[in-house]
Order: sequence, then C-alpha cells, then structure tokens
Amino acid sequence: MDLLINGVHKHVNVDPERPLLWVLRNELDLTGAKYGCGEGQCGACTVLIDGVAHRSCITSTGSVAGKQITTVEGLADGKKLHPVQDAFIQADAMQCGYCTPGMILSSVALLHKNPSPSESEIKQALEGNICRCGTYNRIVAAVQKAARSTTASAKERRHA
Amino acid sequence: MPETSSFPLNRRDFLTSLGGGVLVLFTLADVEAQESGHGGHRREHEPLPRDIAAWLHIPATGEITAFTGKVEVGQNIRTSLTQAVAGELRCSPGSITLVMGDTAHTPWDMGTFGSRTTPTMAPVMRKMAGTAREMLADAAARRWNTTRQNVDVADQCVVNRASGARLTFADLAGKIDWVKTIGRDDCVTPPDKWTVAGASLPKVGSREIVTGEHKYPSDHKLAGMLYGKVLRPPSFGATLTSVDTSAAARMPGVTVIHDGDFVGIAARDEHLAQKAIEAIKAEWKQVPQISSGQLFPYIKSKEEPAPPPANAAQSAKTLKSTYTIAYIAHTPLEPRAAVAEWNGNGLTVWTGTQRPFGVRTQLAQAFNLPEKQVRVLMPDMGSAYGGKHTGECAVETARLAKGAGKPVKLIWTREEEFTWAYLRPAGIIEVSSGIDSSGKLTAWNFDNYMSGPSAIESPYESPNEHVDFHEVKSPLREGSYRGLAATANHFARESHIDELAAAAGMDPLAFRLKNLKDERVRAVLQAAADHFGWSGKKSTATRGYGLACGTEKGGYVACCVEVSISGNHHVQVNHVVEAWDSGAVVNPEHLKNQVEGAIVMGLGGALFEAIDFADGRILNDRLSKYRVPRFSDVPRIEAVLIDRKDVPSAGAGEIPIVGIAPAIANALYAATGKRIRSMPILPTLQA
Repeated sequence: MDLLINGVHKHVNVDPERPLLWVLRNELDLTGAKYGCGEGQCGACTVLIDGVAHRSCITSTGSVAGKQITTVEGLADGKKLHPVQDAFIQADAMQCGYCTPGMILSSVALLHKNPSPSESEIKQALEGNICRCGTYNRIVAAVQKAARSTTASAKERRHA
Repeated sequence: MPETSSFPLNRRDFLTSLGGGVLVLFTLADVEAQESGHGGHRREHEPLPRDIAAWLHIPATGEITAFTGKVEVGQNIRTSLTQAVAGELRCSPGSITLVMGDTAHTPWDMGTFGSRTTPTMAPVMRKMAGTAREMLADAAARRWNTTRQNVDVADQCVVNRASGARLTFADLAGKIDWVKTIGRDDCVTPPDKWTVAGASLPKVGSREIVTGEHKYPSDHKLAGMLYGKVLRPPSFGATLTSVDTSAAARMPGVTVIHDGDFVGIAARDEHLAQKAIEAIKAEWKQVPQISSGQLFPYIKSKEEPAPPPANAAQSAKTLKSTYTIAYIAHTPLEPRAAVAEWNGNGLTVWTGTQRPFGVRTQLAQAFNLPEKQVRVLMPDMGSAYGGKHTGECAVETARLAKGAGKPVKLIWTREEEFTWAYLRPAGIIEVSSGIDSSGKLTAWNFDNYMSGPSAIESPYESPNEHVDFHEVKSPLREGSYRGLAATANHFARESHIDELAAAAGMDPLAFRLKNLKDERVRAVLQAAADHFGWSGKKSTATRGYGLACGTEKGGYVACCVEVSISGNHHVQVNHVVEAWDSGAVVNPEHLKNQVEGAIVMGLGGALFEAIDFADGRILNDRLSKYRVPRFSDVPRIEAVLIDRKDVPSAGAGEIPIVGIAPAIANALYAATGKRIRSMPILPTLQA
C-alpha cells in the first residue's frame, strides 16, 4: 500500500484494517501521533488527512491510501517552526506535552478553515482534544497568537 | 546520554568513563527522607545512599551536565532545576544538560512525588553548582595570583576584574587537581539575588515536544523489538483455572509467554499481538466483591464508635455533617508503557514512572537479580499526577522480553490503565462543630475514614479539637494522587466552615478571617478575595460565588469562584481567582501554569469524575465513559502569585488543587441553598 505522508511516498505492507496510528508509529517511526484512548475520544493521535483533522487511532490505513497525510513531524519548514508550533512554545501551552502534537494539528486544521477564530470557535474546534494537565486556556491563547501571526504575515506578503 | 546503550552501567563506571574534569561529589545524608503520605504511615524507609554520588560534571570540553534522580512528568522541574544549576554557575540555561531518572547515571532518589523536588532537590543541586562555581573561581584566582574577591564568574568564564582577563570553565575544569568535595551551603545564592531562577524561562525541551521529536516512554523503539500484550482476568482477584494458548501459538510471528497466572504475547506488531491475545481461551475463578452502590455503606460499617466529641458545651450553635469522596482515576494521557531489553543477566527498561529506583527494585526482586544488573531509564513522560509510582508494566514487559528472547514494548490500553493501575482513594469524612454567639469556633471534630490523612489538621483555631484518620481496607486498589487526601479533607473542612458561617449569619470571608490565625493563609485569602472583588459579589439563584482556603506541604492557597446554574442544574464554572504562596517563586509563568492546571484537574474531581465499579470490574474504563475536563468546562482562571523571597520555595505541583472543589460547592450553596456534601458534586445535585 502506498501512503503519502508529509509529502513523501511511503510503501507499507500492512493489513489495511490496521489503524493508521500504529502504522505511523510502529512501521514508519512517526511517533508524534500518540495513543491516548483508542476510541477517538482524546485527540492525542490527531493527524491531518487532506488538511482535515482525523483521529488516526480509529482510521484504517487502507482508507487513507493516496490521500495527503500530515503528521506533526511534517509541519516545520526545515528548522523553521510552523507558526502554531511556535505559538505553543511562546504561550507555554503545555506541561507534559503528550497532547501537544494532537492539539497543534487540530489547531492547524482549524486555522486553515478559519484564519481568525473567536475564543468560542477555538474551544469548539478543540473540544475533542484532551489536555489532562489542564493547559486549555494557554492553548486557546496559543491558537489566537498563531492566528494573529499568520494573518500578519499574510498581510505582509500581500503588501510585499 | 546514549539512551540506546543496552548494558547496565553502574554509576562508578560511568564516572570513570567521563574522565577528568571537575567532579562535585556529595553524600545524600542531608537530603531529608520523603514520604508518600497515604495511610498515615511513612513509607518504609529505604536506606538513603551512603555511596558518594555525582550531581554535576564539567569536563574539559566545558559542557556542563547535571544529574538528578527526579523525573519530568509535566511539572516542569527539568526547567526549574536547570534554572537552579545555571543560576549558581552564572551561565545560560542552554549550556546545561540535565540527566534525570536514569538509575545508571543519577544519584539514588526515592521518587518524584510529595512536592519535594523544589524544597529538597533544588537546594542540593544549588549547593553542588554553587560549590563548583567557587572552586572554578578559586582556581582562576590562584592562576592569576589574586583572591576570590577580585574575580567574577559569568558566561562559563571566570573574569579577572582588574585586568579583564578571562579563563573559561573549560580552561579551568581539565586542570583542577581536585576531584572530591562536599557541597557547601555558604555557596548558595539567596532568592533575592537570583538571576536565572525567579524569571519565566520557557519550558526546556518544548521545541522537541512541538515537533514530535521528543521520545516519550511509549515512543521508545529498539532494533528487533516485539510488541506485547498481557492476558487480563475478567475481574479483580480472579485466578486462572485453565488456559488454551494453542491457537495463538500457531500464529506466525507470535510467541506465547506462559508462567503461572501470567499469560502474555510478544508479536512482530501490535495488531498481531492483539489478534493473538484474543485467540487465547481462558477460564477464571472469580470472587464476589462490592460495587459502587455499596461503597459508602461498607465504609460506614467499618466506622469505629464515635470518640467523645470535643467539648461543645460553650457552643451557641452546633453542626454535624457527613461528606463523601468517590474513587477517581488519574487518567494520565500517556498510559503505562515500557520497553525492556535483556542482555544476558542484565536488564534495561525504559518506562514511565515517578520512581525509577523503586521500579529498579521491583524488577530486581521479580527476576531475582542484583539491583546493579538492572537499569531503569525514565524519558520525560506523558504525566502521572501521583498515578505512576509503580512498575507493574515494567515487570510485565521484562517478563515478555525474557520469554521472547527479544526486546519488547508494552503500552497499556486505556482500559488497562483504568482497571489495573490504582485510584485516588474514596472515603467518608464526619465533621461536627460548634460556634459561640460571636461566630468563634468552640469545637471541631473531624474524622476521615479511608480517604487519607493529608491536610487533616485544621488551620482554624478551636479550643476543643479532635482530628483523626481511620484506615479502612479499600475494596479497590488505591494509591497516591496529586495532593493525596488534602483535596478530600479541604472539601469537607471548607464546606463545613461555610456551613458554620451560614449558621452564624456571617459572610464566609469574614467568618474565616475571624477564626484563622495563620498569617500566610490569611494573606492568600485576602489576596484572592481582593482580586476577585469578593465584597461586591452578591449571589443570585442562577449565579453563585464561593471561596475556600487552606494549606499543606508549604503551599498556601485561596480560591474564589463564580458559577452559573441553568436549566436542569446545568453548572458552569465561569471564573476562578486563586491566590498562591509557596515561598520564593522560581519560574512565575510555570508556577501559574501549575496553578491553572491543578484548578482544571480539581474541577473534574469536584464536579463529575467518579469511578463506577461492580463485581470486580471498572464499568467506566474508557474516556467515552469517564468524563475528564475539556475546553468547554474550563473557566477564566487568574492565578495571583505571592512571591515570598524571604521564605524557601516549596513545591507547587499538587496543593493548588485543593481549593476548587469546596469553593464550587460553596458557590452552588450560595446560589441554590442546596448544600452538596459529595465529591463529585453533579450526580448529587442533579439527582
């Protein structure tokens, strides 16, 4: 089966029913997606499929063949962090950080759809992601920060 | 540190292998023993290490490595300890590598719990780093034929004040003819002179977290590694009567490990391991046991005859109330996980635990090995909250790896984590009290059954007082939890104090201030109330205001909340102001982060978290059945920090959790007139 992950084609020989989470982690060594519940309840395993946030623990690998899969490892542009990654650091929006990759990917998907979301839109979009350390308010602040910096750089590009 | 190194290396070998350089050595004798605190007994004292242990290494290359047996679980001690070491060495935090929780390389440590890192480990590391700084400064001064007063230490250099000449740590470290010394207290920088600590350094390692590079225990992988599964009994205490593993054993790529009651699988991938474990047919003998609905009657049945109540004769009013506390689960987002590798009789295990040295002991005992043949490494893990003291997953993984003859990884499922880990104890708390006509406490009787003794002592002054913890055998496996029973005892005490204030016809803040003597509790209470604007708040039927305060483990906390109630007792916590004093602040932003996180976690236990169990099984063993706080539950939170530079820093990972539950209960009473005496609150409120 051919998978397109972070812009790179990968061939894997796996049971198509096997959840994408475990193929990413165990076959492709992309451990940024985490196991938290196995039933799509916590969001730790979030990846983007064609730009939309999905729970990889309940996504069969066979169902995403040929689609664009983005994991947290594919967000940065070389050494340059994605604005959302940068904002999470700036806002100290983590404690243990285990939920962070899933939070970041859900936030990237949200900002793609809605570049300047309100606080309640952010909370609604991320409701399916659990941060057991309770850094929720900091995560909201990080997404707002990322939204501002993305909007600002888009403006700069327009005026350049 | 080479994390993939697969052979056990004892600390002395390691020190030798590091070669020359400044080595600051220290005995652990003055590190006070730590306690886990549950059950009213000190944990059996393991002997403190008598061998000299290394805390700091500055080789001739100038790269500074510090060592601690403490572990990073999200409480940000990797950052705060780095700040302590960097501050004493007068260098940037980025120049320090901190090795944590590796039994081969770090000094022995009882474990990371009880809010002990900041008050006990940070001072030790400060002492070591401060002593190293002075040694380097002295060495440079001697080189320049001058005295210590004439040199400064900055940016990994010693600078000659008169000439401006500089010698780097690297220049000095390799040539110091001195390898042993004891850390000196007079080298430690007092909080009012801190430069690196006291400021908000961003989390060390955050870049690796946001890029997914950081390897949590469950992310670790070794060449040729197999994936494990363990056969679980259908209920607690069930024993295996017969098992047929033949179908699993026939599957290509599967090894069955069967040893007594232990049956497990090691397979080439996790998908196959799951299929193999499902192919095993087992018969179990089960034992009858109590269910959730029978819990409180069970605890009641264990209650002792009530002691003679403290004299309430002088009381104008008396009150008697009973509070109940449910079992709750820590639910760390990363469940227990381990990777185990055998090399002859040597065993190396990477695992998520708060007690790497304790897990080493467990492994050594399980396999009848000398401890020096076992190495446990604890990569910074996906949280714990008191829930990962034990090494059962590590032992299981090592059994599988031994049986399979290959390295094995085992990650517990969420259901296994809910069922086979341990829980925050449930309990019943009986309180009876009296006040005089002026609103002064005249009697205070407080009996805690089963939940635990932490913070059982009241900060309120009463001429007659009886406070006791009564151990009751828990029907479910229980253990440490963030703050231990301080949450339960504060819930009962601060709810009851509110009941007394109402009985006295007094404002809850005024009643507390009238009966509190402790200046630091009074100070946080006043600070929270002022910031919240308590005196201007009037509760209505749909909007309630409540407060609570307390102290434990050197932390002082006061919490004011606003809740709204709508529809069929739908409760939303809108706003929380929490004032916090734990002495000198090490990292303001991270301290706020801990306070905020503790409030959010405490909100779950306050409102809706409860373990439901029957017939030896956890019924809500999934996140779809066990509700934890999510974005929509979270209020606006303001943490008001009181920075006491004159008081040594206490730990802050736990005690900020204790105020939120009683403050919510008190706010709901203020709005509805309904007094809820159970944690969680909502099931009772909505019943």
